[in-house]
Amino acid sequence: MNAVLKIVTQRIGLGLITLFVVSVIIFVAVLMLPGGFAEAILGQAATPETVAAFNKEIGLDKPAVVRYANWVTGVMHGDFGTSYASRVGYRRDVAEMLAPRAFNTLFLAAMTAIIAVPLSIGLGLLAALYRNTWFDRAINSISLISISFPEFFIAYIAIVLLASPLMWRILPPISNIQDDAGLGERIYRCALPAITMTLVIVAHMMRMTRAAIINVLASPYVEMARLKGAKPWQIILRHALPNAWAPIVTVVALNLAYLIVGVVVVEFVFTYPGMGKLMVDAVTARDVPVVQACALVFAATYIVLNLIADVLGIVTNPRLMHPK
Amino acid sequence: MSDSMEKLKLAEKLVGRGKVSRRQFVQLALAAGFTAAVAETMFVKAARAEPKKGGSFRLGVGHGATTDSLDPATYPDQFTGTMGWGATGNSLVELNAKGEPVPDLAESFEPADDAKKWVFTIRKGVTFHNGKNVTADDVIASFRHHMGPDSKSAAKSILTAITDIKADSDKVIFTLDAGNADFPFLASDYHLPIMPAKDGDVDWQSGIKTGPFKLVKFEPGVSAKMVRNENYYKDVWFDDFTMLCIPDVAARTAALTAGEIDYMDRCDLKTLDLVKATPGIKISEVTGYGHYVIPMNVTVAPFNDVNVRLALKYAIDRKAIVDKIFFGHGTPGNDNPIAPTVQFAIDAQPRHDYDPEKAKAYLKKAGMDSLKVDLSTADAAFSGAIDAAVLYKESAAKAGIDINVVREPDDGYWDNVWMKKPWCMSYWNGRPTCDWMFQTAYAADAAWNDAFWKNPKFNDLLKAARSETDTKKRADMYAEMQQIQHDDGGVVVIMFNNYVNAYSDKLTHGDVAANWDIDGMKVGSRWWFA
Amino acid sequence: MTATHDAATTATGTKAAASISQRRQRSFVGNAWRGFAKAPLSAKLGMLIIALYVFAALFAPVIAPYGEAEVVGAGFQPWGTQYLMGTDQLGRDLFSRLIYGARNTVGVALLTTLLSFTLGGSLGLLAAIAKGWTDQILSRIVDALMAIPLLIFALLLLSIFGTSVLTMVLVMAVLDSTRVFRLSRAVAQNIVVMDYVEVARLRGEKLPWIMRREILPNIMAPLVAEFGLRFCFVFLTISSLSFLGLGLQPPTADWGSMVYENKMLITVGRLTPLLPAGAIALLTVGVNFVVDWFLHKTSGLRE
Repeated sequence: MNAVLKIVTQRIGLGLITLFVVSVIIFVAVLMLPGGFAEAILGQAATPETVAAFNKEIGLDKPAVVRYANWVTGVMHGDFGTSYASRVGYRRDVAEMLAPRAFNTLFLAAMTAIIAVPLSIGLGLLAALYRNTWFDRAINSISLISISFPEFFIAYIAIVLLASPLMWRILPPISNIQDDAGLGERIYRCALPAITMTLVIVAHMMRMTRAAIINVLASPYVEMARLKGAKPWQIILRHALPNAWAPIVTVVALNLAYLIVGVVVVEFVFTYPGMGKLMVDAVTARDVPVVQACALVFAATYIVLNLIADVLGIVTNPRLMHPK
Repeated sequence: MSDSMEKLKLAEKLVGRGKVSRRQFVQLALAAGFTAAVAETMFVKAARAEPKKGGSFRLGVGHGATTDSLDPATYPDQFTGTMGWGATGNSLVELNAKGEPVPDLAESFEPADDAKKWVFTIRKGVTFHNGKNVTADDVIASFRHHMGPDSKSAAKSILTAITDIKADSDKVIFTLDAGNADFPFLASDYHLPIMPAKDGDVDWQSGIKTGPFKLVKFEPGVSAKMVRNENYYKDVWFDDFTMLCIPDVAARTAALTAGEIDYMDRCDLKTLDLVKATPGIKISEVTGYGHYVIPMNVTVAPFNDVNVRLALKYAIDRKAIVDKIFFGHGTPGNDNPIAPTVQFAIDAQPRHDYDPEKAKAYLKKAGMDSLKVDLSTADAAFSGAIDAAVLYKESAAKAGIDINVVREPDDGYWDNVWMKKPWCMSYWNGRPTCDWMFQTAYAADAAWNDAFWKNPKFNDLLKAARSETDTKKRADMYAEMQQIQHDDGGVVVIMFNNYVNAYSDKLTHGDVAANWDIDGMKVGSRWWFA
Repeated sequence: MTATHDAATTATGTKAAASISQRRQRSFVGNAWRGFAKAPLSAKLGMLIIALYVFAALFAPVIAPYGEAEVVGAGFQPWGTQYLMGTDQLGRDLFSRLIYGARNTVGVALLTTLLSFTLGGSLGLLAAIAKGWTDQILSRIVDALMAIPLLIFALLLLSIFGTSVLTMVLVMAVLDSTRVFRLSRAVAQNIVVMDYVEVARLRGEKLPWIMRREILPNIMAPLVAEFGLRFCFVFLTISSLSFLGLGLQPPTADWGSMVYENKMLITVGRLTPLLPAGAIALLTVGVNFVVDWFLHKTSGLRE
């Protein structure tokens, strides 16, 4: 357990460094983008005078380094600053903008994960158990076809099938959640995006489970178990699975991270007020404080999930747990 | 007139106000000796004839961003425009469905001193949502909000001509630096709703204005919820009005067909026929002032040669673009940016229809056998701009012109490409008058003169026509300007686009305005549930 | 090919020595043919599909009845003898564009995936073996890059650097390589602690030798499985980028953008957008059938 504790503390420290690197990368990238907030907001209607007036009000006339330093100081004190969309008498706190969006994103991710993770690991185990049978091939082909369609396309097909007068109209085609929506309403509104995301991620996790299991099936200890006369499902569950956890957990963690970090297209199609959409909007508008805050939250989520994956990878491998 | 007939007449009136049900009405009609089918038709007609109150109206629009604010200075598009102006606010003047300026918050307006002065009389008894009376000071503060050196307003440029605004009891007097017969049109702009004055500026933060609806909740980039203003100076039909921001057109269409919204803007034209065939869905289509253009920077080669410009104007097959990309939902342009429905518009001759031979001839006149040019495009300019560029390339190839289509990122298109690259796709929302349109994009000193085109004769006429009060003389001047623009200008006008929207057949409406999309952004107060 | 294959058999031989008896040297052609003949039906089908796509990509101008960007008729013509699969929104022959699409899409996807695997795979191995600071620094950089949403980061980078085919390939390869790095590092970590690696180390073998001869063959299986998927994901990334307003230069035909261009039709129940999507799906299935067979072969299982 000592090794795990050490890893965790070390990783949290390193995670902070990663967050710092992310914030620098994002800040520089947004800086390098052509145009600024004023031009983005005014669009075709921007003139040099109005742009200059804008930049002065939101403090864009200060050098980039100063702006970055101010931002970092603020974040250290737990203050994510205000959006550039703020005006005199109209303060828009980044934290306030972000909180409901982050909650929505997490909700959708959790809902999808609850369906997708058991489903894909179960299917992966079954596919490994019945490898090279019609079942294996059918599951495999279906999942492959489901991931070879772009996300927005799966989303549209789901809408046509489940939310349009063309087929069955049982679910709402748009997921415009209000801040004060109840749990039932949320689940109902999130059903289609969750189904779409499930179809998108199941194949990857399922295939990796299957591959990892099959990979260890050739090991001497599995051979041994086989010779002892263990049943196939016993071999898979008792002997193969424990040794195949590392790649499976890694892929699951990656996909969970994807559920939070990569749903922007699905959010767009279903008009779901999540963080991905907020960040794309903010990038388009060059609203740097919001972009930065979104990036930080995304990065933190990702780091935590990976830390969990790494810890599980170590816990499940005695050789790593007790290094020589 | 028999007793039953009289009852029927009365019922017809009451149906219009929603006081008599379909069943009651049909019974009366049958009693009066009509057949059941005729009775049904009469009921529908009666129900349509007069608007009635009631219902929750849900509008899905393709615009809206998390950076939207209630400040009218920076209303970027139809979401904020419809919410902050059309539904919750009023300007001094509004444009009716024919495009004429009619009184709104000003009950009357007249010019003085050769249109150098304009006097607006404020409508009596109009209150803000908080109950406060609208005064001349509020009007002045609302205009001043967009003026001055620190202004960040998109309306700043149209107000630069104002040298002075002053109040005279219930009158507001604008003094301009030169006569402008079209000033009331400017006062109808959607950036200029009247707001309560506060501390030397206006209170836009609260969202309190004078309009038919009161703002209840606004989540930028997501939705806006409004309820009827019971104290509005006119009738308001819907009980409440919700706007949803649905950027993806497929999602918007799905939401409409599934009954999640009652009205959507900007339909997908490819599938319009199929949407139209859906039971319960209707299409609303008007040709607005908006147009798709390809400005060329006339200060650089090869666009500095008028013959090259003419060659390019003849080398584009506008009809094919309108038919193939916009499925006929538009009018092919003729290199005249004034929409055919605007006062003083002309159809300049010779028409620039697709003619590869003429294009070749003009190219030869410019001393070239062939020409290779880059055309920058992105769907950010207008939806379909990439396809339009590809079709242009095809048609121009037959005239010996090789157009290299360069796809630019949507993101930052207006900063990066427009007015930076020598030739690119662009869009104008259009303006309701010749003067306003020319002043915006074609005058030598216009900030958005995207062709960098400076024609002295054109600019002289522009100044003269503005203060000319004789309609006949003005018409001649504007005709000449449009001809110059057509022959010499640096802008290829591809087409005027239609505003194509779809709605549930439960909704009814009068004539649809063309000055902005969504019935002049006033769908909330102009439509009702049948 | 033979080198990796032999390496794989050697390595699995060490692992499961009992199961493999025949390891005579054969000619490459003979080897390949025997392998193909023994392959299951699914793998044969997969190879057939890949061969077909490669053929279409190589001989596109010969097979396609019309030009890539040629406008040949009205838009949305029905299927028939003149236009095999009808025309697209501009009146270009859809069948021809699909064939040219094979050329553009497969080329871009293959290049991107190869690049990302070379980069990510080798760095991942390095991190797993070298451990310590090298591992930390590489992992932190990769974490930072991966922690930024892929599409949004791609959007940022492509907006900065422009959208030529080259920048697209580079941006997608670099962003994709982070995923490969994670996987290869994770799998290699398990191998690095194996006794035979320890033995090789004690024997005094150099790092590249250990990487190539001891570790790479043993992590090949999950990497190849990942390759099959990643390769197909590139099409999807292109498609999603079109959704956010970026993509290959028109009038280049690529399946990702073609799905996007015709997307609205699916919402009204028309099947046209299924064609390019189906082209992607078929290739995905084909590639992964072959990958599965390869996995099965390298696993040493003999059933």
